[in-house]
Amino acid sequence: MLEVDGITKSFGGLKAVDGVSLSVKQGSLVSLIGPNGAGKTTFFALITGFHRPDGGTVQFDGKNIMGAKPSDIAQAGMVRTFQIVQPFAGQTVRENIAVGAHLRHASRRDALDRAAEVAEKVGLGDRLDMDAASLTVAGRKRLEVARALATDPKLVLFDEVLAGLNPSEIRDVIPVIRAVRDSGVTILLIEHVMQAVMQLSEYTWVLNQGRLIAEGPPRAVAADKAVIEAYLGPGMAARLSAQAKREPAHA
Amino acid sequence: MINRNQLLTLLIVFAIIGTAPFLITRESTLNTVILILYVALLGQAWNILGGYGGQFSFGHAAFFGTGAYSVAVLQLQYGINPWIGLFIGGLLAMGVALFIGFASFRYGLRGSYFALVTLAFAEVLRILSNSVSFTGGGVGILIPLSRDPANMQFANNVGYFWLIWALCLACFLTVWWLGRSRFGAWLQAVRDNEDAARALGVDVFATKMKAAALSGFFSGLAGVFYAQFYLYLDPAIAYGSAVSIESLLVPIIGGMGTLFGPLIGAAVTHLLAETTRHFVGDVPGIALAIYGLLLILVVMFLPRGLISIFGRIGGLFGSRRAADA
Repeated sequence: MLEVDGITKSFGGLKAVDGVSLSVKQGSLVSLIGPNGAGKTTFFALITGFHRPDGGTVQFDGKNIMGAKPSDIAQAGMVRTFQIVQPFAGQTVRENIAVGAHLRHASRRDALDRAAEVAEKVGLGDRLDMDAASLTVAGRKRLEVARALATDPKLVLFDEVLAGLNPSEIRDVIPVIRAVRDSGVTILLIEHVMQAVMQLSEYTWVLNQGRLIAEGPPRAVAADKAVIEAYLGPGMAARLSAQAKREPAHA
Repeated sequence: MINRNQLLTLLIVFAIIGTAPFLITRESTLNTVILILYVALLGQAWNILGGYGGQFSFGHAAFFGTGAYSVAVLQLQYGINPWIGLFIGGLLAMGVALFIGFASFRYGLRGSYFALVTLAFAEVLRILSNSVSFTGGGVGILIPLSRDPANMQFANNVGYFWLIWALCLACFLTVWWLGRSRFGAWLQAVRDNEDAARALGVDVFATKMKAAALSGFFSGLAGVFYAQFYLYLDPAIAYGSAVSIESLLVPIIGGMGTLFGPLIGAAVTHLLAETTRHFVGDVPGIALAIYGLLLILVVMFLPRGLISIFGRIGGLFGSRRAADA
């Protein structure tokens, strides 16, 4: 469904994304992880047309979408959310979601009806007429999800929808994401919260300093030496495994 | 549905305004009503791009002046009837808006940069109209008197009243439609968060261009009306900053991004200016000083405009929160 090949982007002398290739199969729920500044959000911005890649190709649904406008990419069925939530402040939750619904519904009434439906799905059904600006962080994350879903996407890119939520809120949102996948939408997550990645995704890629350093099922990736070092610093993998050998009971 | 109520309210308000020529016998009082409607049209035109689209133009005179000069020059130079000139004027103003819009939106100019570019374009047009001959240059242009409705000139104020009433109603209906259409929803999404709108499939550039076109068109119509009403134009009137300032003050004071804000803003600013003139006499610039004071007060205490007072009474006037549901 999504084929990214050797995509590259530099900002000045910094290679933010350096030759990243990955492919997402239809109906899967996969993730891209990596420490802060690894280039995850830039990667999303590149494949959704917010930034123009310096090199590489992006194919979505068999079509080359390199250099296409974000609106055309959304029209084609790939929609992203934002790590820093971006509600239309001053508009109600219903109106916010309707903006997404308008991509497929020309009539205002249809869009508003669709918005109410989607809100119900993500658990915002009781807050439809609230000002979006007055939602809690967890509520805004749900709103991000809802707006993206309202566009009837084939593939959604969730940029850290779980970051900033407390454990109980994370427990509430995880089933929402699962339900999205179960409804037939393919999902690519960017995530910080490892617990979520472990629970949710079937396959994961690890980005560090703009390059992919590992990929595989989440459990295998979490045990990967390069991944541990990327997150925790050089030498940590050795220390952790030494510790595990010393205290097998806790491992 | 509140939206249907909003349309009903709009029609009732215009019906009430429409009784003015029957109830008001004094020519000068009717004149006041005409000017309020004219300012409301200017303000509502700005409101489309500024209030609903979040693109603050400081140069709506560019559109207004183009409409005004079009109808005047077409009559004098080419003998084209002003009723046709009305549409040509609106369309040429739209063309200017599209040009300025293209030049600035293409390169992502927003906020104060967009404001400055529009201001600059209006100034350029003012200087150009001062130096070319077909506009009459600095001397100005005088539309010859021929009081005949066929020439869009009326023997008394009643004719002008119906003209501006109809233009104003058309503009207000357009803005009502904005509040309940996909285009309006996209436009407000662009205003509130461009990136989020783009991510949801909104073509931000096209949306802004359409809003600029509509805004420019109605601003141009206001210009045509002005030319036919006063029958005189010069570069400072047509492209001067006074029109640009009035265009944006009215909706900001009344309530940006709302259907009735510009009407309330127009009535309040105009009546206040008239009253001041009544008490203080014709001190030059006093109206602008009053507008400035009113603007400061509104921005400080009623950031959503005078209309937010009505919002508390029952939401009937439909601020943007109540625009649907």
